[in-house]
Amino acid sequence: MIYNEEFETLPREALEALQLKRLQQVVSRVYHTVGFYRRSFDKAGVRPDDIRSLDDLKRLPFTVKQDLRDNYPFGLFTVPMTNIVRVHASSGTTGKPTVVGYTKRDIETWAELMARAFSAAGLTKNDVIHNAYGYGLFTGGLGAHYGAEKLGASVIPMSGGSTKKQIMILQDFGPTAICCTPSYLLFLAEAGKEMGVDMKSLKLRVGILGAEPWSEKMREQIETALDITALDIYGLSEIMGPGVAMECIEGREGLHVFEDHFIVEVIDPETGEVLPYGSKGELVFTTITKEAFPLIRYRTKDISRLMPEICKCGRTFVRMERVSGRSDDMLIIRGVNVFPSQIESVLMDIEGLEPHYQLIVDREGSMDTLEIQVEVSEQVFSDEIRQLQKLEKRITKDIKDYLGVTTKVKLVEPKTLQRYEGKAQRVIDKREI
Amino acid sequence: MKVEQISIFLENKPGGLSSVTKALRDADINIRALSLADTSDFGILRLIVDNVAKAKEVLNAHGFAVGKTSVVAVEVPDRPGGLYSILEALNEVGINVEYMYAFVERSGENAVIIFRFDSTDAAIELLLKKGFKVLPGNKVYGI
Repeated sequence: MIYNEEFETLPREALEALQLKRLQQVVSRVYHTVGFYRRSFDKAGVRPDDIRSLDDLKRLPFTVKQDLRDNYPFGLFTVPMTNIVRVHASSGTTGKPTVVGYTKRDIETWAELMARAFSAAGLTKNDVIHNAYGYGLFTGGLGAHYGAEKLGASVIPMSGGSTKKQIMILQDFGPTAICCTPSYLLFLAEAGKEMGVDMKSLKLRVGILGAEPWSEKMREQIETALDITALDIYGLSEIMGPGVAMECIEGREGLHVFEDHFIVEVIDPETGEVLPYGSKGELVFTTITKEAFPLIRYRTKDISRLMPEICKCGRTFVRMERVSGRSDDMLIIRGVNVFPSQIESVLMDIEGLEPHYQLIVDREGSMDTLEIQVEVSEQVFSDEIRQLQKLEKRITKDIKDYLGVTTKVKLVEPKTLQRYEGKAQRVIDKREI
Repeated sequence: MKVEQISIFLENKPGGLSSVTKALRDADINIRALSLADTSDFGILRLIVDNVAKAKEVLNAHGFAVGKTSVVAVEVPDRPGGLYSILEALNEVGINVEYMYAFVERSGENAVIIFRFDSTDAAIELLLKKGFKVLPGNKVYGI
């Protein structure tokens, strides 16, 4: 189902004309209202009227997370606070969070994009949506909430946490869709099963899952555990929140970027060079309709690639491949680039292993070491030492074959690894460099 | 003639073994025989207990990965050559011992050897044919 047929199926030529017009407006606006942009454009020797085609976008300098921190909290807003109706902030792992603001129209745009995302997941006003994204400074909860209301669906504003209550509501209120992180949904499935609940018999039909990188294998596991269709949603608070891109239920192959509101590029994270469609690199977004907090060429650190082929669902928007990792959670182990999601794929290929793992990076002398802690489930447990050692060797070998890096596998007791209700922290880096 | 043995995965860290034995004590389960196989990182605790089903249930509830395996208990006179006579018979037909452990019966006259074979049924058949005393499960659980 397509929520906004007119825009979501615009012929490419018309779409690009619209993008250029909106881009020119936003570039001119930030140049004249935000000191940071004026200085950075001047330094790069580019003026707003230099943007004559979409191709000229690459002449503009990048914006990075540090720029947001430097202008903390409201320095990059282009409108006075009287016009701001809401702020959100992303959890800063180091120091201050990054703060984003919305005008009334921004909130309306965002609600429409989330409504489009729910429609792409096959939801209508007849659905009941269990929203387990956290409500608060995090954009997930309220973003999904407004979109679900815009669609006319019934929202259950659960937020995260209180697992037992979540399971009770899932049983008693009979939601047909759930929004949360994929690792939290797996956690709920496991917790429900332990409570003796038949999680497959719930009315749940669809999961709209995002806010962390996950793998195709994890999708299969979620779909099997709950008997639902699991779809990937993408967003980040700096750009808007959830609803920047969404996988459609018809295609299930890549997420449509809502290009009438965002321009997406893929760059080489090392050189900053723009890469052609199909190449893997870092996603860069420019917001072209946001009023309060426009961002020009914002580097997301998320690794993906773009697929320009027209999707069978009829949307003309380019698709981005499921984010395979972040350039900043990319581990460099003895010179090899390793993403936690790649390790997850290898583990999920081994029958009986649970999707709970932890990566410990350390350094012995001048050598990096990577230890993978994996829980021993009853399916893989054997009373013979050599069978378990065979399992360890198999994991080590598969990872070596697939990623080219030697790891140490440590089997740990079931349910001893940390479970995460928000974004899973898979990596513990003990290196002191 | 098979005996049910339970096995538990244990990480090599302080307190692992004591939490298993505490769980069994709290459930009033008695351990009849045990062995612990270990590597540098993990161990496998193998137990013969007086109530297999309850022990598995209790340990699962405590979050342990618990396996159940069929093993064979053979009673031999507690004197030199007792074990050798069994192994000799098995060697002749090429049956492999995966692991084994032994304990002495309360009377002190006999030893009981617990075997895990690669082919359990063939081993039992052979041992019975050769006149060895293979103990049934209920006998071992109640020793």
